[in-house]
Amino acid sequence: MRSSGAARETIIKNGRKRNYLTRYNNFWGWLFITPVVLGLSLWVAFPLGLSLVASFTKWDLITRPVFVGFKNYIDMFVFDPLFWQAVVVTLYYTLVGVSLQIVLAFGAAMLLNTKVRGMNFFRTLFYLPSLVPVIVSSTLWMWLYNPQFGLLNLLLIHLGLEPQKWVYGTATVIPSLILMSIWGVGNIIVIFLAGLQDIPKQLLEAVEIDGGNAFHSFRHVIVPLMTPTILYNVVIGIINGFQTFTQPYIMTNGGPANASLFYVLHLYRQAFMFSKMGYANAMAWFVFIATGVISIIIFKTSKLWVFYQGEDKK
Amino acid sequence: MSKVRTRIRLPRPTIYVLLVLFSLFCLFPFLWLLRSSFMTSREIFTLPPHLLPAAPQWHNYVDIFKVLPFARYFLNTLEIVALNVVGALISNTFIAFAFARIKFRGRSVMYALCIATLMLPQTVTMIPLFVEWKIFHGINTYAPLTVPAFFGNAFYIFLLNQFFKTIPTEYDEAAFVDGANFFQIVTRIVVPLSQPALAVVALFTALASWNDFMGPFLYLNDQNKYTLSLGLKYLISGYSVIGQWQVLMAASVLIVLPVALLFFSMQRYFIEGLTMSGLKG
Repeated sequence: MRSSGAARETIIKNGRKRNYLTRYNNFWGWLFITPVVLGLSLWVAFPLGLSLVASFTKWDLITRPVFVGFKNYIDMFVFDPLFWQAVVVTLYYTLVGVSLQIVLAFGAAMLLNTKVRGMNFFRTLFYLPSLVPVIVSSTLWMWLYNPQFGLLNLLLIHLGLEPQKWVYGTATVIPSLILMSIWGVGNIIVIFLAGLQDIPKQLLEAVEIDGGNAFHSFRHVIVPLMTPTILYNVVIGIINGFQTFTQPYIMTNGGPANASLFYVLHLYRQAFMFSKMGYANAMAWFVFIATGVISIIIFKTSKLWVFYQGEDKK
Repeated sequence: MSKVRTRIRLPRPTIYVLLVLFSLFCLFPFLWLLRSSFMTSREIFTLPPHLLPAAPQWHNYVDIFKVLPFARYFLNTLEIVALNVVGALISNTFIAFAFARIKFRGRSVMYALCIATLMLPQTVTMIPLFVEWKIFHGINTYAPLTVPAFFGNAFYIFLLNQFFKTIPTEYDEAAFVDGANFFQIVTRIVVPLSQPALAVVALFTALASWNDFMGPFLYLNDQNKYTLSLGLKYLISGYSVIGQWQVLMAASVLIVLPVALLFFSMQRYFIEGLTMSGLKG
């Protein structure tokens, strides 16, 4: 950060106290970030604190909260089988979904990067679905998945295959939601494509000169250079997966037989249908801790596989 | 003789086949949406299904305005979008400038804190924020959906911070010598030079608040205050049961259309914004 450059040096040399500049910078710096300081306190720190306190109470938002110790946490881990169902559903959707999204988006970006004609056209087409509001994509896919009149079963029948129950079957509901999430993978494709286009030509030429083939350049140049971008998309994908609510709420309402009872859906019901604010807040704190732990694991292990190019990234 | 063949070596036709297959996958849901939105309620449920409507039923698009105050929801959504865009532009510009250009005490700690919130799923704060807004008497107002935009957003701060770092510091130093303060440096030098980045922030904010479902769903309960997403949700709960899918599809088209128009008119900024967000991490 070279912001205190020549001009400011001159001021200092002109006899002003060094202190003056420090104070001047501190004043303006903190003045400009005041909104975010307030924002972090009001929309992050305070809610987190409130949530922690509330998680130790029985509270229906109308009468006064009653302190109950760890009861909510014990209920959650021991007595609420649906809690674990929600955890499993969310993890299943997130882990399988994110893996497939990353692999397919990477593949699509590699295809687009082959200097094909109409690259811009394809890129636009692939990107379009990710612009669709989640409420609209949920409505649309519910209709596509309609067992009798939907496009997908129509296609399957035309191809001579067995029609599926899609979001209406316990075994197929999560794969169906994953398929729908792959439809919206366009933004990841665009990010990957930009990354691929930034790969220095010399490195790929070096592989050729050393007698390497396409696989070598993929394995030893392309993938290593793309690892920071992959890491970014994995992290964002996991966080988005944990937040999944609208699709199951609109399309399946958690069914059939709780097979799509996502974590947020369960939490939402506890809070707003059963007025169990204490319990819902305990659930919120559990995601907070879990996200923290998962992030730490990802970033610690990322040192083993993420490769940063020479220049200092910070 | 060895031309540099840098990329994967699939035969060209294979590449095109794969690209076309994925294109069809992307495109077909849209076509099905359009096709269904122009059918009669009887035609939509014929077996075997028709590929195209026999006669396009334009009145489906008129019917939406009869069953729901759709125009009102449109204006409500626009109001929320506009406030979010204004809030995001003002707050994030100054915040990101301070992080990128002013060397103040505590800067790196505050920046790290700020960026850390990118990793905080909204799930965590959803319930306590609702309680907080209840305390502030913000339920059933637009405050919870608009006020936070004025307090900065980690993603845009990050994005603008990256961009501001590319503007040569000589500019602000020259202005500094001429007696300008940081406020003037931002408004007179940085803002005019950062139009593309600010356009990205405005676009992404507009898109996010236009598409937002969870926020309005949690906070609004007076039907007159509904947004488009919430209006569509209201339609779904009634109409998918009765089987008026063509109305749902027409409403969906109307909600997506402005987004599509925005995208096609400002495509460059969308791609630029995504590229900036994913790469310079």
